Amino acid sequence: MAIGFIIVGVLLLVVTIAAANIYIERRLLSLWQDRRGPNRAGPFGFLQVPADMIKIFLKEDWIPPFADKAVFVLAPTIVMLSILFSFALVPFAPGFQVVDSNIALLFFLANSSLAVYSIVLSGWASNNKYAMIGAMRGTAQMISYEVFMGLSLMGVVMISGGTFSLREIVEAQRGMWNVVPQFVGFCIFMIAAVAESHRAPFDLPESEGELVAGFHTEYSGIKFGMFFVGEYLGITLISAMIVTLFFGGWLGPAFLPPFFWFMLKTFAFIAFIILLRAALPRPRYDQFLGVGWKILLPLTLLNVLITAGILLARG
Amino acid sequence: MIIDELKARFGADNIREQKTSDGMPTAWVNASDILRLLDFVKNGISKPYKMLYDLTVVDERHRQYRDSMPAADFSVVYHVTSYGRNEDLRIKVALHGEYPSLPSITGLWANANWYEREAYDMFGVKFEGHPNLRRILMSQSWKGHPLRKEYPARATEIGPFSMSEDERTAAEEELVFKPEDWGLKRKSEDAEFMFLNLGPDHPGTHGLLRLILQLDGEEIVDIVPDIGYHHRGAEKMAERQTWHKYIPYTDRIDYTAGVLNNMAYLMSVEKLDGIEVPARAQIIRVMTGEMFRIISHLLWYGTFAQDLGQISPVFYTFNDRERVFDIISAITGGRMHANWFRIGGVAQDLPKGWQQMVLDFVKYFPKSIDEWDKVIMSNRIIKGRTQGIGVFNTDEAIEWGITGPSLRATGFGWDLRKQRPYSGYENFKFDVPVGKNGDCYDRARVRIEEMRQSLSIIEQCVKLMPDGPYKSNSPLTTPPTKENTTKDIETLIHHFLNVSWGPVIPAGESMVQVEGTKGSNGYYLVSDNNTAAYRCRVRTPSFPSIQMVPYIAKGYTIADLLAILGAVDFVLADLDR
Repeated sequence: MAIGFIIVGVLLLVVTIAAANIYIERRLLSLWQDRRGPNRAGPFGFLQVPADMIKIFLKEDWIPPFADKAVFVLAPTIVMLSILFSFALVPFAPGFQVVDSNIALLFFLANSSLAVYSIVLSGWASNNKYAMIGAMRGTAQMISYEVFMGLSLMGVVMISGGTFSLREIVEAQRGMWNVVPQFVGFCIFMIAAVAESHRAPFDLPESEGELVAGFHTEYSGIKFGMFFVGEYLGITLISAMIVTLFFGGWLGPAFLPPFFWFMLKTFAFIAFIILLRAALPRPRYDQFLGVGWKILLPLTLLNVLITAGILLARG
Repeated sequence: MIIDELKARFGADNIREQKTSDGMPTAWVNASDILRLLDFVKNGISKPYKMLYDLTVVDERHRQYRDSMPAADFSVVYHVTSYGRNEDLRIKVALHGEYPSLPSITGLWANANWYEREAYDMFGVKFEGHPNLRRILMSQSWKGHPLRKEYPARATEIGPFSMSEDERTAAEEELVFKPEDWGLKRKSEDAEFMFLNLGPDHPGTHGLLRLILQLDGEEIVDIVPDIGYHHRGAEKMAERQTWHKYIPYTDRIDYTAGVLNNMAYLMSVEKLDGIEVPARAQIIRVMTGEMFRIISHLLWYGTFAQDLGQISPVFYTFNDRERVFDIISAITGGRMHANWFRIGGVAQDLPKGWQQMVLDFVKYFPKSIDEWDKVIMSNRIIKGRTQGIGVFNTDEAIEWGITGPSLRATGFGWDLRKQRPYSGYENFKFDVPVGKNGDCYDRARVRIEEMRQSLSIIEQCVKLMPDGPYKSNSPLTTPPTKENTTKDIETLIHHFLNVSWGPVIPAGESMVQVEGTKGSNGYYLVSDNNTAAYRCRVRTPSFPSIQMVPYIAKGYTIADLLAILGAVDFVLADLDR
């Protein structure tokens, strides 16, 4: 019974955050871009998101005649599902977690790899050249960055006593947040995670301005909406994971409840990811992959090696 | 003197000199000599004429005032430029018959390709030996050649437009790209090429421009530009609007550069009628012109960053663009299409308190530019995306007819404001920024430095602004000064006629170039002693720039192409006119 409440609670929570992110991103971008942003619908534009949702739900659900229909419909659901699955593992507060699994971290990595199918299949099923190029880029990008996304977390696992359980990783940070001993791991995970969620500046599969809208060029209405919400769920997830793995999860001074600490830290990272989008230009596809394989991968391996060495030396 | 050199080489009988209002050496030559002669001026003489600046046609069949010119139904006009001599040369060839032809010069100049296609499209003049003589601005199935005199200019002169279902299908069918038509292969030895339509509607093309990419993976093998989607027949309109009423049309040629278009057109008109523009009007022209240079460069700067995936700078630069627009609207009442210059001066005097507005901006702006230098130009990703991308050197630029910042980015400091000062530019102190490598980054750098120089010119304008009339006292000034209309009948008559019919500009020909924001803007006007131009040729910098894109973008990726297009700085209305 209790687990049922938690599942519904988590689901409502993350979907609400994802929707709120639309508003937060637009307001923050407008703040950083010296403009006003959405401020017409409701007080401070709060009703912008409901208005957007009404629009997107009522829009004609159109499938291009040249598309592969079944796959075209399937693709956007994959990204939503794979991300929502991962949320089952996130420890929002002590006891507020759907599953405390001892393979949680691996499950998260596996799910984030599944998300790439969404891009590949949508690009393929659209039967559109821009979508195709976007999907090709997306695949190469995801495969490259997945490699060291997983590896960059191995340091965290090692210093947390070899556990893959997210709750235990948080508990292990009571003395010191993992970001201190694992700063390199944090930086690499951050970059890889933004790349995995294909957010600007690493939005190469989408590349508005080059590929029109990349892999989702042919999508409209609610199916586009699912990609859209999937992206915001994605930033929420990686922010939550960064907080859990490197910034002590729900831990914090007792004057605020643990859940509040978790949310505060998560929103700080959401804002940071939005700031990245506002600030940085998009690297070229081959440059981006080059940096991944030539710089970040060796750095990750070095990080694992040094962490292991220090742990061994301490016995 | 170049005409003498030509006479010595080709025989005095074969070179017929023509006096023109702009004083540019002009010679009529025989069609049979044209290839040898142009080869001679490009390759055979000292300080050669290396650049084909323009190539156009004049329909001579209805022209009344032809003085000493040889009889002709059409004349093809070649305009070549020598940087060594700092001089231009106009070569004309008289053609006879309904649809005449003459040899193509595409073998001599790479950029002649599009100019000859345009001449064919607009006049039906055929160029023998052209590799791909097909329509360029109009659609392939278009009937008639719009700039010929018998072609109607008004919609009311032709029947109502209709398009049957079959015609529409055929027109759409015609747009399907067939690589074979352009001599492109569908396959290489090991791969099948992808043909990607970039445009006509695409966020990276800044308007209606269609580039058909031949891709091997993401690598560009070749590009076929398809232009004309923005063609509005600006040159044809000049033949039915009065000289005065055509001014607002010029605003809309390079619509980011507002009055700089007025400047080129009106200076050309003023060459024809010999009006001296008073000093105050000249400096007002310079000042508003330089403001529009900043406005145009700011628009370019923001969209350039956006093309590279940086989404914020466009808002910063547009905010500052608004600051300049505030000054422009205080002076002119308009914004992008200020339509402020008049034949013989400007429309009105400067408003009270203009100095303070200008000085406030002069004080504010340098900090902004410095800040964006940090945000945009110092960014390593931006550098990685633009340095060493889309490189061309000075010789290539001249071969393709590139002028303006893109030419200066190759290290060749040629600026019409310095080399051929007009409108009082000789009184100003400013530098001509040059680049070194001729890549996208240098092109951006040059434009940013130009904004600083423009700002310094604007500041000097405030100091140098003389008192005096803002309009010439000549009777051809339009609209003429009103003060004396109630006092003497002569002024009243002139005022009445110039406002109702429009001024009659004396017969003649003139071409004036100004340093526009994107390169050299030129208006070649032929007057037949009438109230409208007999022929108005608008030579724009975007045309050669886009023509060159396939040449510089080969071998790069799609992402690089967007950087190249972003750094070219073109405007579709400027390209198609």
